[in-house]
Amino acid sequence: MTLNVSRRGFLKGATAAAAVLYIGARPDGALAAGTAPAHLNPFVKIDADGTVTAIVKHIEAGQGPATGLTTLIAEELGVKMEDIGFEFAPSNAELYGNLAFGGLQGTGGSTAMRNSFEQYRKAGAAAREMLIEAAAKTWEVPADQLTIEDGRIVGADITAPLGEFVAVASTLIAPESPRLKDPSEFKLIGNANVRRKDTPLKVNGTAKFGMDLHLDNQMVVVIKRTPRLGGAVASFDDSAAKDVKGFIRAVELPNNAGVAVYAEHTWAAFQARDVVEVDWDFSAAENRSSEEIREELMTAVNSDPQYDLSSHDRAVIATAIDNAATVVEETFYFPLLAHAPMEPLTCTVEPGADGGIVLHDGCQATSVVHEALAKTLELPAEKVQINTLFGGGSFGRRGSSTGDYQVEAALAYAMTDRTRPVKLVWSREDDITGGYYRPAFAHKVRVGLDADGNIVGWDHRIAGQSIARGSVWEQYVVRDGVDFWSIEGVQGTPYAIPNMCAGLTDTKKATMVLWWRSVGHTHTAYVMESMMDAVAKAAGRDPVEFRLAHLSGDEPVQKRMAGVLKLAAEKAGWGKAATGRSQGIAVHHSYHSYAAEVVEVSGDAENGIKIEKVTCAIDCGIAVNPDVVTAQMEGGIGYGIGHAMRDEITLTEGEVDQSNFPDYEPLRIGDIGAIEVHIVPSAEAPTGVGEPGTPPSAPALANAIAVNGPRVTHLPMLSNGVAFV
Amino acid sequence: MAISLKLNGQTHDVEAEAGTPLLWVIRDELKLTGTKFGCGVASCGACTVHLNGEPVRSCQTYVEDVDGAEITTIEGLNSSVSNAVQAAWTELDVVQCGYCQSGQIMSAIGLLSENPKPTVAEIDEYMSGNACRCATYQRIRAAIQRAAEIMET
Repeated sequence: MTLNVSRRGFLKGATAAAAVLYIGARPDGALAAGTAPAHLNPFVKIDADGTVTAIVKHIEAGQGPATGLTTLIAEELGVKMEDIGFEFAPSNAELYGNLAFGGLQGTGGSTAMRNSFEQYRKAGAAAREMLIEAAAKTWEVPADQLTIEDGRIVGADITAPLGEFVAVASTLIAPESPRLKDPSEFKLIGNANVRRKDTPLKVNGTAKFGMDLHLDNQMVVVIKRTPRLGGAVASFDDSAAKDVKGFIRAVELPNNAGVAVYAEHTWAAFQARDVVEVDWDFSAAENRSSEEIREELMTAVNSDPQYDLSSHDRAVIATAIDNAATVVEETFYFPLLAHAPMEPLTCTVEPGADGGIVLHDGCQATSVVHEALAKTLELPAEKVQINTLFGGGSFGRRGSSTGDYQVEAALAYAMTDRTRPVKLVWSREDDITGGYYRPAFAHKVRVGLDADGNIVGWDHRIAGQSIARGSVWEQYVVRDGVDFWSIEGVQGTPYAIPNMCAGLTDTKKATMVLWWRSVGHTHTAYVMESMMDAVAKAAGRDPVEFRLAHLSGDEPVQKRMAGVLKLAAEKAGWGKAATGRSQGIAVHHSYHSYAAEVVEVSGDAENGIKIEKVTCAIDCGIAVNPDVVTAQMEGGIGYGIGHAMRDEITLTEGEVDQSNFPDYEPLRIGDIGAIEVHIVPSAEAPTGVGEPGTPPSAPALANAIAVNGPRVTHLPMLSNGVAFV
Repeated sequence: MAISLKLNGQTHDVEAEAGTPLLWVIRDELKLTGTKFGCGVASCGACTVHLNGEPVRSCQTYVEDVDGAEITTIEGLNSSVSNAVQAAWTELDVVQCGYCQSGQIMSAIGLLSENPKPTVAEIDEYMSGNACRCATYQRIRAAIQRAAEIMET
């Protein structure tokens, strides 16, 4: 990782960063007069009054980067958390690219802290050194006598607020390699008392989400959508809509998305859409039902896989399993799932200067969207600006591979005279029925054990619809035909399993699919951890001891995996559940982090399971903000467990059966009794937290239920023999 | 139809069709966006406001039915209970994405106004209609208990 703070890189970057650039250009005191902010580098802006602002390059959709990235700047610069603000970065991949995405700007894969940790600290440190150098020049004292503490330059028997040196600092050249604090010097990083920066705005209702934008003279557009993937508008009749006060017009969108209904305000748009009649052409549309998709997946995992994922000879392993003393065999099924972020999808396209546009959006895949809008509107890239707002949840949905909803807004805008802002609004029904689901997957696993309970062979077959194939990510993710997102978590498991072979079959496109919080790990962790449990049981061994026996190597991956497993077991009181309660455990490695969870339940599958408590151990390297890490585990566990309990998207002749929360029931407050999170102390670089809490949650629940009840291998549990209270 | 809305202590004369949900008058006409649209079918609670002091789902409350009633949104909170709830929410950093939290807070104030010392079971029961897709429920529960403590002091 390098930071563009060398003179050439910095000036180039700074010019692109902001229309107002005063570094080296306005050394005349304009800054000190307080007329404009100075970008000391792309990530730090300091006003003449000393107001420090971190420029946050990742979307804040709840997962905490507005706090975390700001903390990194404040730590190295030397200001208090309450004295630093944040702004979301503009779309500019050169400055704000994700170092984990090959420089494309965007948020995902639990990378915000991992790719920014050094970059943002260096930015804060560079700003500190420049301000100190400016103070040293001003005061004519050696720079090494000065430090910045709580926003003030201190040393040489003098002290002054750093704002006094912004003008001089902005004339200096940023240092190539500023000194970073040793972790022993951290005051803010790792401090559990550092509070979220976005809390005040979200507690008093003033936080601005995309849905909250209301531009003068805007139109609201909703789309009457094809009920089946691949359906097209044959004709439509909007005569009844003309009676809806506030209705403007209805136009067929050119991308088969449906009919765009324009109105003066949101309610009128919904009302008008209800009465627009569309004749759909379903000749090229999906017309299968979920059962057919499920049968296709089941057939696939009971046949030879399309792709072999290992060099082992499958026939040899199959023979070893056939001849084993005990065989454990399970088939798993995972349904389609919607993300259903709390804020329905929305964005606004505003006419900009010189025929360009400004997109106002809780924008996650910034570079993808930027390019898609430029292409859709036939504009040069520099005429597209993106104003990033808070995202009301995402779980992957905001970051589709095509910028789907932003392109819809752009098309709707393009079909006007381009003088009025166009705000696209999705209803909850659009969201639940609108595709981009976690794909359905099936797994079949056969494991052979010898007479002593040792694994002699593990045959693992996976089938499902690829997420990456056909998307911009295919070139990065698909290797030799295999979509890594279909197999991650099985392929590369930290467990030392002898004679393991795995295979994958890609199935036909049934609907639009997309990553969903923890992507492939949503199903691979469930299967791996259910099987480890079932195999331990068949071998007559304790599930924790059995797992540890397969994590006994010296490699960091195995040690850290074993570390969280032991910590979760210890903190949960493993093996000491109260009468009437049972415990299940699961551990998984994802996004460079390690999470283990123990779920404790009471009741039984027939009369109702109650989830009493979840105990989690997480190793994510340095926990930049321990409370945010804890919150992400709490949320990730809830997200995983809620869907495993009772959610699925099903199709009947190509149409989605569910439509809103009453039939896609979210986790509710009473569903989980308590969650306790323990963070492994670490000096390793920070890794993911947004996603890693999710994968072990559902299998830990399944393993708890299996202690005295059925082993649930088909999800959701509610549709497969498990009641909950 | 012309409607006179008493909202956050002020009277607003608005023009809206009968059958318009209060939610859209608050958001699109009065531009108070702290009250959120989440589902439109009273299933998530993001749109919760107070009608004469009681939490209601504004997406299923029609504008013609609230003529003359006192309506309070998140922007108009100012009571010992609301102060305690918002202080507890802040202290515990309940929020993640934050989109549902106005509604959570409006419901929590409703609960504590009628039951200043709720049990966990009472909290879970009362708050069951407010969905949070980030699953901040552990903290919502803790913050309501914390607010109850603050109210005692």
